Amino acid sequence: MKLPGLALSLAVVGFVVLIPEAAEAARINELSDSTLIDRAARFFTFRDPSLRNALAGSMLLGVCCGLMGAFLVVRKLSLLGDALSHAVLPGVALGFLWNMSKDPLAIFVGATLAGLLGAGTVQLLRATTRHKEDAALGFVLASFFGVGICLFTMIQNLPGGNKSGLDKFMFGQAAALGSSDVILLGVVTALALGAVVVFYKEYAITSFDAGFARSLGMPVQLFHYSLMLLLAFAIVSSLQAVGVVLVSAMLVIPAATAFLLTDRLPRMLVLSAIFGMVSGGAGSFFSFVGRNLPTGPFMVLAAGTVFAAALFFGPRHGIFSRWWRQRSRSARISRENTLKAIYHVLEDQEFAIEQVSARELAERRRETIEEAQHQLGTLRRHQYVTMSNDGDSASLTPEGWRRACEIVRNHRLWELYLTNAAHLAPDHVHEDAEKIEHVLGEETVRMLEKRLNYANRDPHGRLIPGLEDMRFAGARHLGQSRATGFGNAAAH
Amino acid sequence: MNNLIPSFDWHRVVVQPWVDDLPITLWIVLMGFFVTAACGLVGNFLLLRRMALVGDAISHSILPGLVVAFMIFKSTNTWVVFAGALAAGMLTVLIIEFIHRQSRVKPDAAICIAFTTLFALGVVLMSMLESAGSFHIDADCVLYGEIAFVPLEPPVVWDGRELGPPSALRMALVLTAVALAIALFYKELLVTSFDPGLAKSLGMRTGIWHYGLMGALALVIVSAFESVGAILAVAMLIVPPMFAAQLSERLSFRLAWTVFHAALSALIGLHLSVWLNCSAAGAMVVAAAALFLAVWAASQARRWMRFRSKIFQSAGAQIVGDPA
Repeated sequence: MKLPGLALSLAVVGFVVLIPEAAEAARINELSDSTLIDRAARFFTFRDPSLRNALAGSMLLGVCCGLMGAFLVVRKLSLLGDALSHAVLPGVALGFLWNMSKDPLAIFVGATLAGLLGAGTVQLLRATTRHKEDAALGFVLASFFGVGICLFTMIQNLPGGNKSGLDKFMFGQAAALGSSDVILLGVVTALALGAVVVFYKEYAITSFDAGFARSLGMPVQLFHYSLMLLLAFAIVSSLQAVGVVLVSAMLVIPAATAFLLTDRLPRMLVLSAIFGMVSGGAGSFFSFVGRNLPTGPFMVLAAGTVFAAALFFGPRHGIFSRWWRQRSRSARISRENTLKAIYHVLEDQEFAIEQVSARELAERRRETIEEAQHQLGTLRRHQYVTMSNDGDSASLTPEGWRRACEIVRNHRLWELYLTNAAHLAPDHVHEDAEKIEHVLGEETVRMLEKRLNYANRDPHGRLIPGLEDMRFAGARHLGQSRATGFGNAAAH
Repeated sequence: MNNLIPSFDWHRVVVQPWVDDLPITLWIVLMGFFVTAACGLVGNFLLLRRMALVGDAISHSILPGLVVAFMIFKSTNTWVVFAGALAAGMLTVLIIEFIHRQSRVKPDAAICIAFTTLFALGVVLMSMLESAGSFHIDADCVLYGEIAFVPLEPPVVWDGRELGPPSALRMALVLTAVALAIALFYKELLVTSFDPGLAKSLGMRTGIWHYGLMGALALVIVSAFESVGAILAVAMLIVPPMFAAQLSERLSFRLAWTVFHAALSALIGLHLSVWLNCSAAGAMVVAAAALFLAVWAASQARRWMRFRSKIFQSAGAQIVGDPA
């Protein structure tokens, strides 16, 4: 899973990086009078250079933030992204002050240093005060951002210098991405991918169990700070596209979505990168199609939609899937309880009869006749019983008989096990067995049988139906098979 | 670089604001104090509940509330804005709890997901309205605000006398309400914040206090952001309680230290902003953070001194006790 997945994302990244190189033709202002469909078609021909930059930038950003975010989420540091994206602001301002221009390199270096300083401050506060993670993060976020705002307002009062566009760092504008920004994003993404692939094992261990990693003699702090450095790179290079607030969204939302869908870190990394990339692509698509709409928020909304889908419909942890599983499980338990009741009715009659009427069932389960009829109907739909011509009484099909025997066997075996092995009183074991009878697997049953020396009577002296009994296609034969019984059958 | 930091002129920075521009200075400091104190008081309980960053979340997610309120009522009346923002704030809290309860996503990730998505929704709605030409909110303004504009508001006139700028008076009301509520329900807030398990076993409804606190939080942020920006509110929810926690273990003392810190950082912040010619709200945050750092450095120094003297003592004891 790990290698092909990463190779796939590498391939996609390569593809996206190459797009801007093959650039030519149309200007974005030719679009002004086209229709929605025209614009959508235009989007997929990738003819506009500014669109190509925006799209490539957004998708690269998604991959890179997705990878870094996955580590943040498993380290329970989700809000570190938020704190650091605010904390880089003074670095941006200082980078600008370096030579009073928007020199991308100076801003990049300044912002990265500020981000690292912020991460270091969080660690320092955690180590030297009793404040919890959230307070330390909040302090760094607020105080660094405060310093940043002071610096920005001071810069605005300065004479000279090209100050326009500095506020883009607050809200971002993917449409304004130049090809140098895209190349920067590409380099950062490649760096992040490379680091994650090469040091996958180290990052995984230090993320999940720092104590264990330390006991192995790993430089945990080194890996922590290298991750912080990569994170700062990712944040700083993404700021121009999506801005301070939304970069933390691109870090956390795709990763949290992946976290909902899988338990394995490699799979989570790949999924997170893919979700980030898809959200980036969708964001630039919508903002292109719906003229003048900002890209960043659409990326986040796309990511949020994917998250909501995973939250509700995720196959394992989704709310809807869990509800559905629970429903079908309780339906199965109710069916199995009806089958068990039918078995009990037959047993009371010494298996002399074959048909059970709704009235007998209702008396047995202390229900109304309507309820019993309803349950028999459910069993009939699952082909566990066939109904007589007047529709009032039911007889078990071979399959139904087998299931009923299994449930009764599970119940009685468990009762026997609790009295023999756990030394519970025989009148204390029924409740427990009522629950466990529905979940005992074949393997466990075999072990229980062995453990109990293939006994064939439960603590209340009733027969435990065995494999032999189940093979007969109906209750009629049980009368004869009782002679062989369970213990004999198993002894063969 | 030299232009960036003006030289420190005692008269210009410290004397002039209180002599020549007294009403302006007074109202800025008072407003800063009201916001900082109200936020700090609520923040103490957030810090205890490890929910310091919920304030940050709410302050961002009120944006869609503003826009939707405008779309429904077609007005920028203060009360409409207020109601929309408050509703959005409460919605954020509910979404965070829903994600946290219904899935295995950790609460910090849930906070991040909820507020960023709502914020993005707000920005999209806003830009749609803007391109339809009907509406303009300065998004920068929502985030930074400008406390320096507070004294310029047309003052509230009551009974022929000018009372002061409306937003400052509103904030004073909020501060009074928060302080009163804390005084009235001090015991309940204390128990539910420190030991929810004990509170539950005493038969207290912890949910009510939780949502009450969240309501107060939303109220404070919403009434603060309009005039001073979200950043001051967010910072003051976190920094003053941290400052107070360094100085005292007792909640009542912490609340008192919070108010003291609020007053001090509003005052220092104002002078800082006059000196550096920068945003007053930002300068107040910087002042507050610097105060915390000073207290933190002092406590570290004290700890180090104690550690050193202990080492010397044990070393001395070894030398004395060593017969050789």
